[in-house]
Amino acid sequence: MSDNRTTSPTFADVNRDVLRTLEPPGNLYFAWMCFVALLLAGFFVAWTGQVWWGMGMAGKRVPQMWAMYITTFVFWIGIGHAGTLISAILYLFRARWRTSIYRGAEAMTIFAVMTAGLFPLIHAGRMWFAYFLLPYPNQRFLWPNFRSPLVWDVFAISTYLSVSTVFFIVGLVPDIAALRDASTGWRRRIFSMLALGWEGSDTQWRHYRRAYGLLASLATPLVLSVHSVVSWDFAMALVPGWHSTLFAPFFVDGAIFSGFAMVLILMLPMRHFFHLHAYIQEKHLDAMGKLILVTGLVLTYFYICEVFTSLYSGEHIEKASLFWKVTATYAWALWTMYFCNCVAPLILFWKRARTSPVILYIVSILVLIGMWFERFNIIVPSLGHDFYPYTWGIYYPSPTDTMIVIGSFSFFFLLFLGFIKLMPSLSIVEVKETIPPPIRDRAHGH
Amino acid sequence: MATETVLGVFAHVDTTVRALEELRARGYHDLTVYTPLPVHEIEEVLERDRPVSRVRLFTLIGGLTGIASAFILTIWSSMVWGLVTGGKYMQPVSGGGISGSSLPPFFIIAFEMMVLFAGFGTVIGMVVLGRLPRLRPSASYDARFTNDRFGVAVHCAPERTASVQELLRGSGAEEVKSR
Repeated sequence: MSDNRTTSPTFADVNRDVLRTLEPPGNLYFAWMCFVALLLAGFFVAWTGQVWWGMGMAGKRVPQMWAMYITTFVFWIGIGHAGTLISAILYLFRARWRTSIYRGAEAMTIFAVMTAGLFPLIHAGRMWFAYFLLPYPNQRFLWPNFRSPLVWDVFAISTYLSVSTVFFIVGLVPDIAALRDASTGWRRRIFSMLALGWEGSDTQWRHYRRAYGLLASLATPLVLSVHSVVSWDFAMALVPGWHSTLFAPFFVDGAIFSGFAMVLILMLPMRHFFHLHAYIQEKHLDAMGKLILVTGLVLTYFYICEVFTSLYSGEHIEKASLFWKVTATYAWALWTMYFCNCVAPLILFWKRARTSPVILYIVSILVLIGMWFERFNIIVPSLGHDFYPYTWGIYYPSPTDTMIVIGSFSFFFLLFLGFIKLMPSLSIVEVKETIPPPIRDRAHGH
Repeated sequence: MATETVLGVFAHVDTTVRALEELRARGYHDLTVYTPLPVHEIEEVLERDRPVSRVRLFTLIGGLTGIASAFILTIWSSMVWGLVTGGKYMQPVSGGGISGSSLPPFFIIAFEMMVLFAGFGTVIGMVVLGRLPRLRPSASYDARFTNDRFGVAVHCAPERTASVQELLRGSGAEEVKSR
């Protein structure tokens, strides 16, 4: 398939082009995989060190007992949201441009939530007691406190991961059946098992379609609820800079903003290396660019609200906390965040920027940096400058927690790189739905 | 009565729809239609006299189970392990009912468990109603049906095979076979 094809692909082209993405990869892929695996090894060494020598290996100290780990946890949970937005909300709105990117975005959601799920375990230290988080009968007759936002978080995130995974697998079934029918040998046996004997008969499609619509409607409120619950981890506390009703919409918008940036970071190289220009076209990039722009502008509005509320509150401690964030030790992080999240996306007002992969890529990286710093600025400076000067403090990252944060990216990318070579990263069925169906007699009907 | 299956393979949506319309007009209702993707025009013909898929019933039952189990879990466990919130324990009152001030947070747990159970219910519904997993392919299935061909399998009495074959060919099937 050439990159500048003008006619739209046929059904058989879609099958062939998607199958082609599953061919044995080249050296570049393995080189990138090795690099990612090396970083991941560093991640495990750092984590092992922390388990062996204790939590002192991480830089977190009183008063910042929530530091890089929780920052990165919130960051990764946020990344997931764009995938669910694309796969559920845009499905219900029948936004046809979503079809070519939704599979990748959905995979991104699951891998991002899995990556995020590591952080509460790493942060809590003794992760072999993680099951304490779940309600289960025990001889001490202790139960989790269901009034605690941290317990809501456990429920919200495990529901999010489970429902997203189920939704993702249901979407994969007809595509795996197509792979099964096109492959031979052991691959065919594995795909046969995974496809559950899918044949595309009218009865199967009938229930499938209904189930898919229902799953999309169930996943839709999750897009809004999960990050709202995560934001309540902060907003329910009394710390200045956290205790605000603004937090839920503010977090949800930021999550979608960063998620779209991550979708572009994954999709642009995929489009380039797999030659998917016929499916991921300029109009898709344009639509993504517009969404980043809109969510970025909404985020800017929230930043203004945050500052305004703090200044207008008449609350001395709130104002002091804001003033300290803007001018003191962590000011550089705050201004980096404002630049990356408010100023950099403005270039997307320009249509040529929205259709240029290079500019989109640079903006996306800046947005991710900005959104990581947003969570950092919420957590670390707020804890470091609360009500009582005696408890003020500065956080210094250690090599251990820095390596773990960097390594989490390799965990995510390793999962994603593996996925695109093992499973169809473009939905065969949904892409076919957007191309004109084969019609013999054009004069009749249509 | 023994039935025979006649399979017509189509390359186009309009010819498939034409065949389905003609089959229905002549009274053949025992059909299996294979498509690589859900096609609106084909569904329109097939769904005309069918009730809506019952998957939604599974979703509803799942969702209600989730809400109920969340409230049972949260209320019961705070009764057996009393934590003072809002100045009160949550405890049973003599004469029936529960006293306490901390129900609102439990709605969050109930919401999450509703979505979780409803999601699982939906998938169970799809698997049960769609007769999945199928251990071996059905006799009329062809690998092309996940690529770019549409299949119409007509289950009919052996003596009508010839006329069905004729009908399928006449409406534009590129291949007709029976077994």
